[in-house]
Amino acid sequence: MAYDKFEILKSTAVPLPIENVDTDQIIPARFLKATERKGFGDNLFRDWRYNNDDSPKEDFVLNNPKYSGKILVGGKNFGSGSSREHAAWAVYDYGFRCVISSFFADIFRGNCLNIGVLPVQVSEAFAEKVFATIEADPNAEIEVNLPEQKVVLPSGESEPFEINGYKKQNMLNGFDDIDYLTNIKDDIKAFEAKSPL
Amino acid sequence: MSKTLFDKVWDSHVVKHVEDGPDVLLIDRHMVHEVTSPVAFLGIKNRGIGVLYPNKTFATADHNTPTINQHLPVQDPLSANQLEALERNANEHGISHWGLGHEKNGIVHVVGPEYGITQPGATIVCGDSHTSTHGAFGAIAFGIGTSEVEMVLATQCIMQPKPKKMRINVEGELNFGVTPKDVALYIISKLTTSGATGYFAEYAGQVFRDMSMEGRMTVCNLSIEMGARGGMIAPDEKTFEYIKGREHTPTGDAWDKAMTYWETLYTDEDAKFDKELTFQASDIEPMITYGTNPGMGLGITKNIPFAADATDGEATYKKSLGYMNFNEGDDMIGKPIDFVFIGSCTNGRIEDFRAFTEIVKGRKKADNVTAWLVPGSHKVEAAIKEEGLLDILTESGFELREPGCSACLAMNDDKVPAGKLAVSTSNRNFEGRQGPGSRTLLASPLVAAAAAVTGKVTDPRELMK
Repeated sequence: MAYDKFEILKSTAVPLPIENVDTDQIIPARFLKATERKGFGDNLFRDWRYNNDDSPKEDFVLNNPKYSGKILVGGKNFGSGSSREHAAWAVYDYGFRCVISSFFADIFRGNCLNIGVLPVQVSEAFAEKVFATIEADPNAEIEVNLPEQKVVLPSGESEPFEINGYKKQNMLNGFDDIDYLTNIKDDIKAFEAKSPL
Repeated sequence: MSKTLFDKVWDSHVVKHVEDGPDVLLIDRHMVHEVTSPVAFLGIKNRGIGVLYPNKTFATADHNTPTINQHLPVQDPLSANQLEALERNANEHGISHWGLGHEKNGIVHVVGPEYGITQPGATIVCGDSHTSTHGAFGAIAFGIGTSEVEMVLATQCIMQPKPKKMRINVEGELNFGVTPKDVALYIISKLTTSGATGYFAEYAGQVFRDMSMEGRMTVCNLSIEMGARGGMIAPDEKTFEYIKGREHTPTGDAWDKAMTYWETLYTDEDAKFDKELTFQASDIEPMITYGTNPGMGLGITKNIPFAADATDGEATYKKSLGYMNFNEGDDMIGKPIDFVFIGSCTNGRIEDFRAFTEIVKGRKKADNVTAWLVPGSHKVEAAIKEEGLLDILTESGFELREPGCSACLAMNDDKVPAGKLAVSTSNRNFEGRQGPGSRTLLASPLVAAAAAVTGKVTDPRELMK
């Protein structure tokens, strides 16, 4: 499924300064029963966001009207655990286009890149500055600049981030890997014919 | 040039390297289940493309299947819908489908090896992070997202940057009462849940050479819990002996041809790893977790660490202990428990049930414990019966359920109620993993058995004297 192009995102951000946020927290397994990709945002962080009676937990950040925006800022080791792409879908469907963290789990990072959510890894020191910026002013706009591969705070402070050239072009153009792979199908078939297993 | 086992398998599957990008990797075996595949099938349908090699994809239902009354219609309409979608998609594309009730049905990572789908030197993927299990055979096996499931269906390839390489050596002989699960939990406790992120691990050393194939599967299964994409062990005589004669294992000339490849699958003596760690088997005792990620584990006789000594930030650590309702410095031994779960792709094979039975034999299930014994497959279930384990379990007050992922992730009705404490042989103790509000202690089948008969966390060695 193709997604919207990502170039420069300037938005307020939602802080979630918790480490090791696993994909079971991002979306619990009992909400993985759909056969279509829609509505997952409603259950993003379900058990942190709602009580058992479905009333909102007021101390959770997504229920705090002070914070909103298209950028989610998470603690270290964000997205560990299950490979469920539903976690990335939930993040996207809720309205986030970018997650900033000082460290991402591999599969979650890859899933995000495949569906149009930009995972931006920054140093721990810079992540602290991002959290401090939002805490000081929840309306502060953070710029995520993909063409120049940098995050810019309202103070003007910035930090570069890495992304490989191939994935960067995909994000900038809204392409996905299947577009690429279907174009080289003949190469794949020729290679397969020689494979030992 | 000298190569690691991982290099040999990876490099031989690279169709093409994308400049300043990932490798295009050919996938030999693709396993699918009902939860992470429907959107992928929908994706190829919307693109108007088919499945390129249907004979390389294998479907089985496991994640949300009930573990009682499997002969009756599935009660939960959403689960039933996913199971029907899997069957429909498999049939439409000519993919083998071992659905609910099929004699070969079981957890995807249990049935793959059982029927010889899992082979050394293969690339194996599935939309499930515990696909790393198959690395026990010297395969490169790892979990993928649904977009990648769609890629494999459509093109038999995925696009992945080559991970860094790590070797984990465990030398010496394991102590009495220490199982493969304990080895894995010990390693994860040392590395934390992110210590191997970005790496693919190879397990080496005497402990893994001595280990059974099922034990190797348990260790490789848990590779993802230290952040590694996967883990693998070089194939040896045990590996070849295990796969010989299974349904999908090659025979005759095809076997000889495969063996020519398989015998090259070891790390060359002077090959380089990006990181290498060595542990001593003698330092490992039966393990148990106390927190809300698999890295929060310790020897069962130890006390819960203080926040000041934790590797995670203090706030995160205290949140975790708060959820578990434990205190810093608590003993683990003696904590009263409510549930015991033996099963899952981690510890749902016959050796696990043998270990569990060894301890409960001649004892009775504790009255305060609800026990769920869930075989990983029908084949495991049949072996439990044939070997007479079921009679012993029944005599001790236990019941056997039908195969599936069950309470490992509680997508079906096997949910541990809020606040209840479970000793589980599964792989994750995340908040709510076994049901909203549930609390999980990960451990080996021996530790689970000791808890099941005493009603509290108990050192299994005390019951094995």
